[in-house]
Amino acid sequence: MARANYDGVVACVPVTVPYVRHSIRGAHWFLARALRELIATAGLAKSDVDGLCVSSFSLAPDTAVGLTQHLGMSPRWLDHIPMGGASGVVALRRAARAVQAGDADVVACLAGDTNHVESFRLMLGNFSQFARDAVYPYGAGGPNASFAFLTAAYMRTYGATREDFGRLCVAQRENALAFPHALMKKPLTLDAYLAARAVAAPIHLFDCVMPCAGAEAFLVMTADRAKRLGLPGVRILGTIERHNAFPEDPIQLRGGWAMDIDDLYAQAGVGPEDIDFLQTYDDYPVISLMQIEDLGFCAKGDGPAFVRRHTFTNDGSFPMNTSGGQLSVGQAGAAGGYLGLVEALRQLTGRPLGSTVPDARIGLASGFGMINYDRGLCSGAAVLAGTSSTTRSKPRAPDTGSTAAVRSAP
Amino acid sequence: MSLPRPPKKNPILRTRAPTTPPGGRSRVALGLTTAAALGRLELQVCRDCGTVQYPPREACHACLSERLRWTVQDGAGELIADTVLTHSNDLYFRERLPWRLGMVRLDAGTSVVAHVHGDVGDAPARIRVGARLDRAGQAVLVAFPEQETKDMADDRQLREMTCDPKYRKVLVTDGKTPTGQAVVRALVDAGADLVWVGHAEPWKQYAGFDAIAGLPAVTPVPLDLTDSRAVSSLAAQIGGKVDIVVNTAEHHRTFGIGDRRGLDAARAEMDINYFGLLRLAQDFGPALKARAADGDSGACAWVNVLSVYALANFPAHGTFSASKAAAYSLAQCLRAEMRASGVRVVNVFPGPVDDEWNQLVPPPKLAPSALAAAIVKALRDGVEDVFPGEVAQDWLARWRDDPKALERELSL
Repeated sequence: MARANYDGVVACVPVTVPYVRHSIRGAHWFLARALRELIATAGLAKSDVDGLCVSSFSLAPDTAVGLTQHLGMSPRWLDHIPMGGASGVVALRRAARAVQAGDADVVACLAGDTNHVESFRLMLGNFSQFARDAVYPYGAGGPNASFAFLTAAYMRTYGATREDFGRLCVAQRENALAFPHALMKKPLTLDAYLAARAVAAPIHLFDCVMPCAGAEAFLVMTADRAKRLGLPGVRILGTIERHNAFPEDPIQLRGGWAMDIDDLYAQAGVGPEDIDFLQTYDDYPVISLMQIEDLGFCAKGDGPAFVRRHTFTNDGSFPMNTSGGQLSVGQAGAAGGYLGLVEALRQLTGRPLGSTVPDARIGLASGFGMINYDRGLCSGAAVLAGTSSTTRSKPRAPDTGSTAAVRSAP
Repeated sequence: MSLPRPPKKNPILRTRAPTTPPGGRSRVALGLTTAAALGRLELQVCRDCGTVQYPPREACHACLSERLRWTVQDGAGELIADTVLTHSNDLYFRERLPWRLGMVRLDAGTSVVAHVHGDVGDAPARIRVGARLDRAGQAVLVAFPEQETKDMADDRQLREMTCDPKYRKVLVTDGKTPTGQAVVRALVDAGADLVWVGHAEPWKQYAGFDAIAGLPAVTPVPLDLTDSRAVSSLAAQIGGKVDIVVNTAEHHRTFGIGDRRGLDAARAEMDINYFGLLRLAQDFGPALKARAADGDSGACAWVNVLSVYALANFPAHGTFSASKAAAYSLAQCLRAEMRASGVRVVNVFPGPVDDEWNQLVPPPKLAPSALAAAIVKALRDGVEDVFPGEVAQDWLARWRDDPKALERELSL
């Protein structure tokens, strides 16, 4: 059965609660600030928000349920999405369906976490049953160790080098320098990237995100309502999510996107060549390469070559992680799964906080989350378009290595 | 790589306090520990569809059956990716970096995270996965080279999981019995630095004791486990140097309840087999715990020579069985108290040993040298429960299958 589209619904009001490395506040504080800014910007009363969708690790022992009482809300639609880096895309697609079906009129999608000095270390040992039983006792390296395996396997299988990962990190830092909320304020050179100390080889310091505190949020409502409120909105052309894809793969060299991209682009009515910018989930650069491949921007295994021929800066070819991504902005827990999506909303409504991707009409935001044991289990992606643009539907063509999916530098 | 002899301890430097790796496990994951305690690698295998799975689960991930059986695996597989941690979030590992880890694809069809032995080549490499107990006493997987390498036991990471007597100082509590003497010889052969061997009544001559006492690495010390003051006194002298205690002291008489009046024999058995362990543990335990992270060859193990009769009473040796059951129970307490330090309590459950107190027990019986070899092997492998010999293995199998049935069989 063909999937219904998301006509008549928009995402709007991108909000970021500024990131800090450590905070003495609780997660509720960051989520409250995000909600407050959402309704203030939208010109809504708190009671107008009748749907709430929450993602947060450090909200525990509370869930979205506890948050309703904490913030004095009485929503008629409530969701709690514990999917880490895939939370943003999943929240968007669920909220959109709720609005479309009339189960809620205005859904606030919130993701945020605090970061106490101790919290990252304490979270690692209890992240999941499999992590506690079968990963954490092995050196307690956390995700660094898990991604070291994936990165090493990817490098060996597809010939990627540390320079390839470094190019992405350096480009993202350049994008981040214009983004006011980025925690990393200094330029990064490839030499500095390569000279950084090893954390879990081949993972080195600049391959790792910095855990921090902060929140990201947006609203989902009908296009009509957004228009009445004078809010620039973003249309949802297509979305996918997938969990525990390819469980028989000995080690993760691909994510769930590879199962679902035909569905994604068919629903969206566009192809990879129509995408003006890509927001990957980038807790480690290897996963960005996997997304570039699995989302159809190049063939599987051509990621390293793709990296070598693009700039990834906002003013160059193939703008990616246009606010700097988590690698340069920071990873505010579950908000990391919203970062790219919220940035996409800003770019597509022409209101970026940092540098602008010129003529950005269609963007793709991707999510990846939850290293439950040896691999990330949740993947998702959303193709988004500004409300002023019209959907193009060109026939899809694979990236041939030179022209397709390449934006010429101005 | 061969381990160099550790330097003498520098008395100026602070003794490193013991830490242990993360020990939290779900109950279902403890199946791995149950097998590793016996030196086996077992994974869950679905009885309905045959799928081998890891990490441990409550149901088969292929067919959702709950009929899962822990089954011995050969561990053959390929190291498909590895890393060397140079950063860790855990105190134990921070003090032991760098630390090598890998992802292994087992031929049985599942991927596992494992500690990687230093002699394993770069990925991809054929390896053999085994289960070991780490310093938290919990099972972990270790990827070993496919073929045995020279000085394999000397691997720095592996020695964190084993209690190899090489370069360690050991107290054997009774050197007058054939078992005690065999244990001393085996420890010397295994490269122990120094073996203190206890003798309770130095004025008595026992066959073989002088030969043991004359070995260069061996130092006789007076030790009578029935004398609290004597135990305390010895602990005050050497307690701060002992890395491994092997309690071989034992009083063994062959009586049940009805065939000997009075309590003398039973009390003597309890005084050595149970209270002797208690005295020893109270005096030597704290020092051992404090030195559990003292260099690369610090205190690491406490071995109790119990008896398979501790599991189920052997009526012909009824009071002896009861004293060993009491000692076993106390050893479980000792294990729990030692666990926070990482000192391993190894319980050895031999069947009848081929000595004079088992004269009337028909063969097969366990040679003292075989018992000693099993103890050294257990220390090298880092095993926690040892059932050496055919009789012990037979009893263990029957006891695990149905303890009540074993009780009835023994009463016939």
